[in-house]
Amino acid sequence: MMENAIELVGLKKSFGEIEAVKGIDLIVPKGGIYGLIGPNGAGKSTTIKMICGVLEPSGGEGRVLGLEMGAESEKIKEKIGYMSQKFSLYEDLTVSENIEFYSEIYTIDLEKKKERTDEVLRISGLGDRKHQLVGNLSGGWKQKLALSCCLIHKPEILILDEPTAGVDPVSRRLFWKMIYEIVEEGITVLATTHYMDEAEGFDSAAFIMDGRIIAADTTEALMKKNNVDNLEDVFIKYAIDSDEETFEKEYKMMKRRISDEMA
Amino acid sequence: MKWRRLRAVLKKEFIHVFRDKASLFMVLMMPVVFMMLFGYAVNTDVDNIPTAVLDMDKTEASRELILNFQNTGFFRMEIYADNMETIDKAFENNDINAGLIILPSYSSEAGNMEKVELIIDGTDPNTARSVLQYGNAIGLSVVMNGNGGSVEGLNTQVWYNPNMESKRFTIPGLIGLIMQNITVMLTAFSLVREKERGTIELLAIAPLKSSELILGKMVPYIIIGFIDFIVALGIGVLWFGVAVEGSLLLMVATGLGFVICSLSIGMLISTVAESQLEAMQMTILIILPSVLLSGFVFPLESMPVFIRTISRIIPLTYFLEILRSIMLKGAGFGGLYQEIISMAGLTALLLSVAIKRFKQIMQ
Repeated sequence: MMENAIELVGLKKSFGEIEAVKGIDLIVPKGGIYGLIGPNGAGKSTTIKMICGVLEPSGGEGRVLGLEMGAESEKIKEKIGYMSQKFSLYEDLTVSENIEFYSEIYTIDLEKKKERTDEVLRISGLGDRKHQLVGNLSGGWKQKLALSCCLIHKPEILILDEPTAGVDPVSRRLFWKMIYEIVEEGITVLATTHYMDEAEGFDSAAFIMDGRIIAADTTEALMKKNNVDNLEDVFIKYAIDSDEETFEKEYKMMKRRISDEMA
Repeated sequence: MKWRRLRAVLKKEFIHVFRDKASLFMVLMMPVVFMMLFGYAVNTDVDNIPTAVLDMDKTEASRELILNFQNTGFFRMEIYADNMETIDKAFENNDINAGLIILPSYSSEAGNMEKVELIIDGTDPNTARSVLQYGNAIGLSVVMNGNGGSVEGLNTQVWYNPNMESKRFTIPGLIGLIMQNITVMLTAFSLVREKERGTIELLAIAPLKSSELILGKMVPYIIIGFIDFIVALGIGVLWFGVAVEGSLLLMVATGLGFVICSLSIGMLISTVAESQLEAMQMTILIILPSVLLSGFVFPLESMPVFIRTISRIIPLTYFLEILRSIMLKGAGFGGLYQEIISMAGLTALLLSVAIKRFKQIMQ
């Protein structure tokens, strides 16, 4: 009986001399939203790329949906959906052409294709715009389409790599509302973000710094344990414990980046 | 490899080409525009050269000589001068490119070409050389008339292109050049665009094999490059009247090979370049030397050894030799196997490096 969506044991990744991920142990249970939180360059994206089967780990092991990372990466790819801040879409294709492309790339059963297409169009509310060119859509709609495309093959795990970076606050709110709806249907979401208010809505979270996990629990337990009432303070506490100096520098940078994006 | 995934990539690539007005224009109009532009502009044939005449002899014989010059069609008598200064001035004002001077004693020793002087404007060496040749040719015939056929000189024969029309040299070269440019440019842009927009990331995460992506990206551009080859060839044969002497099949087969070669260059560029601007710059960096060094305009034989070595690693060099030999000389595989093997070798090398780098990017 497979209980966890993702299990990582001592996962490592080096790029030449640089060790980006220095041994990560992580258990993401099935269902709910799991947050991977940390400053830029902490190793979030590298970890995610290994989970997706795009990068080969240089050490440790991991299982995604019971499938072995590395050896069974092709099977893993079929069961996960991935969306990043860049909204990987073809701007010169229409909404339905983009969806059609991904449904073919994921070789969705022909009899289920129409049903899946209608379903993702319903979730995203893009039905009325399906013949529009993506290039003419606003940022919020593009984001919804990107989500539609990575849900088309009904993945069991949805991975969101800073999905709301550079998106206006209203669209952000609407986006997470959509994600909560999807989670209701039983999908597991693994998300990275540097907006702490977003992270407070997650079920569980792991703090990652300098290639290592420094804390992981349900968001409620994390706040309770540290006797604070928001996740931002939890993050600060853990980070100060781990390495005061580097943390402050990184935290300031992160803050500045967020305020830049808001502006 | 799954047909559905390959088909999806193919369909998407065709949409990219046909929906982007700039690339569609390039695909459809470049062979036509280039053939017309270069077919007429790259013309080293010289006729109607504006000429001034200074006839100091003023006899029937001298007038006949002038008429002879005029009747060839190479010279157009613009100015009948009375003195040398008029001719000097006309040269300086660029009114004339040649001056014909007949000395007073010409008729007394009729047919003595030493008494006839042809002055040529050497600013443009190509024109000057042609004028010189025509002048010599006419001079000879005049001597022939005068001396009753006892002419001493070389009996020159020009084979394959007896009228030495430059279009018969230019057109085959142009066909190869157009094919190369279109194919390299389109393929170079195709993958870079995916990098720029970040779509490559999603393709890498999807269960898409790199072979499916490579093939899906190659086939549309092979077809497009090949269509442009046929269009350019059609214009060359039907409009410019440059007939294909040799096997059309061999030409089409080598043409297809060269499309794949150009495609590999384009693919290689797209794996190196990070943005479309970079891809454009690299494409120009490839195209420019290939125009100059492939023997498209300037003969390889007169280049220094070092430059000739470079031209030997440009695939277009071989393809132009193949094209010209088939079109003009009617050469078959037997006479061209060395060029064909060289081109195939370069193609194999470029393609395997491109595929290897492509796969690295997909990781």
